[in-house]
Amino acid sequence: MPHDHHDHPHALLPPEPALRVKALETILCDKGLIDPAALEEIIDTYQNKIGPQNGARVVAKAWMDPDFKRALLQDATEVVRDLGYYGRQGEHMVVVENTAEQHNMVVCTLCSCYPWPLLGIPPGWYKSDAYRARAVREPRKVLAEFGVTLPPDTSVRVWDSTAEVRYLVLPMRPEGTEGWTEDQLVALVSRDSMIGTGLALAAASVIEGVEASNQSVEGTAE
Amino acid sequence: MSSCLDLPQVDTPEGEGPIAAPEPVFEQPWHAQAFALTVGLSEAGHFSWADWVKRFSATLKEHGHDRALNGGEDYFAAWLETLESFLAEIGAASSAQVEHTRARWEEAYLTTPHGAPVKLAQ
Repeated sequence: MPHDHHDHPHALLPPEPALRVKALETILCDKGLIDPAALEEIIDTYQNKIGPQNGARVVAKAWMDPDFKRALLQDATEVVRDLGYYGRQGEHMVVVENTAEQHNMVVCTLCSCYPWPLLGIPPGWYKSDAYRARAVREPRKVLAEFGVTLPPDTSVRVWDSTAEVRYLVLPMRPEGTEGWTEDQLVALVSRDSMIGTGLALAAASVIEGVEASNQSVEGTAE
Repeated sequence: MSSCLDLPQVDTPEGEGPIAAPEPVFEQPWHAQAFALTVGLSEAGHFSWADWVKRFSATLKEHGHDRALNGGEDYFAAWLETLESFLAEIGAASSAQVEHTRARWEEAYLTTPHGAPVKLAQ
């Protein structure tokens, strides 16, 4: 970081790339190619409004309603659009279901395509070269680093996202959640379970309530 | 720093709470701004998202030749480089224009008293 003096007689100079972004913004606004209000709206949306809670809602509904689930697996784009979750880039959404026989995992080997409307902005590790390369090459090892060990007879299928097609994993519904409400189920659906690098949380993790959530979980990815 | 083969800084699946958004969504304000500019330009019809992804993937691949990218600062460095070259290519902002405007911003920061709003001199 450029940080020349301890006291600042002038405004603190932002890092070089920040100045370049500002320059682009200035040029494009001056030319009328971009509206500053639209930029603020985009940042606010992705920072505050869209996130894994959207995907969790979809998963909980699929667990509760077989018709919804059938429609979702058939054409997720339509179904999630009806819930108000649609791709701003017009991308196609595909939901893949985890079963005892097959576990699904999502990656984007080319860059970082991700189901934004359902999960928001991807975490750093999703964008890293390590994950992008290794998810395909050694998915079980990657899963183990996330603390996920699958039964040996469960196969792992890795889905490579593109600009046009984004995948969401439908995790298996945890045991002991019969009769739960949608909101209760939503609380079990972690972001990682919808990328396939995690599983839905166990029923007990919610029943135990606050004490459990205050406990820090052992590092799973050392 | 993690080695090339290790995943950098993996969040523990349960540790952050079940539906927490990645924290923070953007590590640096300029990451968010570069992202918003690109999405905004695409939504305004200046280029298709597929065209963006094609170029961005190529930059990432190129940068990844020398070392494994960690998905943070280096990811957005590749993003910004792609955006600059794309905008130059479609004639929206030439590299000379960008450098000129960048220098004006730098000047504005260096000549604005600390605490006062920074504005470009007209």
